[in-house]
Amino acid sequence: MEVEEVERLPRLSRVAVCGGTHGNELSGVYLVRELLKVKKKKKKEEEDEDGGAMSVLLVLSNPRAMQQCLRYIDTDLNRCFTHACLIGPTLDKTPYEMRRARELNAMLGPKGSAGAMDLICDLHNTTANMGLSLITYSDHDWICMHIFRHLQRQIPDTPVRYIHYDVTSKESYSLDSVGKHGFAMEVGPQPHGVVRSNIYTTMKSGVQYMLDWVHFFNSGVIFDGGFMDVFTVVKHIDYPRDGETHNITAAIHPQLQDRDFCLLRPGDPLFQTFSGETLRYTGSEPLYPFFINESAYYEKGIALCLARKRIKG
Amino acid sequence: MEHVFFPPLSRVAVCGGTHGNELTGVYMVREMQKQTMDKDGPVSVTAVLANPPAVDACRRYIDTDLNRCFTDALLSAPLTDSSPYELRRAHELNAQFGPKGSKEAVDLLCDLHNTTANMGLSLILYSLDWITLHICKYLQSKISSPVRVIQLNIPISEVYSLEAVGKHGLAIEIGPQPHGVVRADIYNMMKKAVDLTLEWLQKFNTGSIFEGGEVEAFTFAKSIDYPRDPTTGEITAAIHPQLQDNDFKLLQPGDPVFMSFSRETVKYEGEPLYPFFVNECAYYEKKIAFHLAQRKNLSIPTISVKRD
Repeated sequence: MEVEEVERLPRLSRVAVCGGTHGNELSGVYLVRELLKVKKKKKKEEEDEDGGAMSVLLVLSNPRAMQQCLRYIDTDLNRCFTHACLIGPTLDKTPYEMRRARELNAMLGPKGSAGAMDLICDLHNTTANMGLSLITYSDHDWICMHIFRHLQRQIPDTPVRYIHYDVTSKESYSLDSVGKHGFAMEVGPQPHGVVRSNIYTTMKSGVQYMLDWVHFFNSGVIFDGGFMDVFTVVKHIDYPRDGETHNITAAIHPQLQDRDFCLLRPGDPLFQTFSGETLRYTGSEPLYPFFINESAYYEKGIALCLARKRIKG
Repeated sequence: MEHVFFPPLSRVAVCGGTHGNELTGVYMVREMQKQTMDKDGPVSVTAVLANPPAVDACRRYIDTDLNRCFTDALLSAPLTDSSPYELRRAHELNAQFGPKGSKEAVDLLCDLHNTTANMGLSLILYSLDWITLHICKYLQSKISSPVRVIQLNIPISEVYSLEAVGKHGLAIEIGPQPHGVVRADIYNMMKKAVDLTLEWLQKFNTGSIFEGGEVEAFTFAKSIDYPRDPTTGEITAAIHPQLQDNDFKLLQPGDPVFMSFSRETVKYEGEPLYPFFVNECAYYEKKIAFHLAQRKNLSIPTISVKRD
């Protein structure tokens, strides 16, 4: 048996868990509130037992959107973290979320600096049938990948997947990109504005196992290397739309609906028009669909995203 | 068996987007508007988006819930500069399809809705109306999946929803579907329900006799709210996994109803009843976690059209 090289990485002493980045994605909102309650109670009772090993900052990212149970007030907060957005001037007319992004960057970053959080976990829900998905910008961030594998092993009754957006650090636009390591924990399906107990429990477990892993990592545990499936985003497909009104003219086909991560082959049904016609996938390459019929993506022109699956070691 | 005669039902309104983010009805109405509506002969069908600005914004409403604006009191109160948008719109719709309670009103108003609750196809009625109950019976006979009839016993003057504007009214509620999403399977079910309703009208108007009998219905008894934090008013629990998605399954005393965010179970106390609208998104702000109903068998007479 070969002796594998052990990759040594700095300890993760500062972790942030963020909820309510989209104000109507409620699992994260209620989970962060619950964790804040527990933390407050613990502080009253005893000293922080971890000592200096790890501190967990709990953040409600978009309080105004949460209050109104909307995804956002002016603009999608989770698209405001590119370098360009973060360094721009703050003027009277700057949208609320841009200002808030700069506040969060000061609190959890600054992005790209030595002072940034070691790990940011941003909690999200989706109307798509995606189980628990970790979404990152890297396919070689060993911290995120080990956390993923730990979750997959600890939560056997929920499908857990790793999605990689191939975007540079400068162009990465989401809150989790502010930390040295980061990912979005996306759990679905759940309607926005609704909290389902099973989805809440899955997210709670995900966060708990993630924090457990960081604790083990910090205490010097060696995690074996291995192989895992990575879904790397290739493209997205929009709904067919009316040329004049821009309204959608079809819905996701019943044979594709809820089949996130099931291979989509050329010729497979993709959409069903409101007049009953089937439209088929005309791509040349079989790909893995996800974010199938995500409510918030209608306005972004995305009916589904498509990814290649690779094995990464 | 008793045989009751009704005049022909020649004017029908089908409304979608009464809640702007309940998308099945929006796309059904748009599709119906594209097609010419004269194919049904003696029945004229008008398809309308009830709340266009809410549809454009993909929100339930702009100022206030349109589907609570149709009580006699609200429809007769004069509008002022500060009247909410939906109240004005209710007056417009009442003028177009009503006036409510008058002989000019449309014969049937069918209002299309979605819910995040697992209610399948449910038909909501406000009173014992033989026409709408026969439509329900017809849909139940033609659709293999469960079609439930929900009856809310409210005097017509206090009925607050759009379908009360018509001489006969019916809300078609289909779920589960997230608001802001359109699922093809839900759309197909709604289309079938609307097509069968129009088919029934066609048959009725051309002289078919519809045999009476019994229709099982769920009659509203009461609502239960979420447990809430007394200071913030925030919910402190979610619908319990054993109740979630189990609309219309008998709830017995001692059954779990909520699971708190700290994992405590809250059990049901009360008489055995049937839950529905379990975990409907729009009801959080109305302080309703679920409704409870009794199950009854309603007797309906044979009916047919009255020939002059």
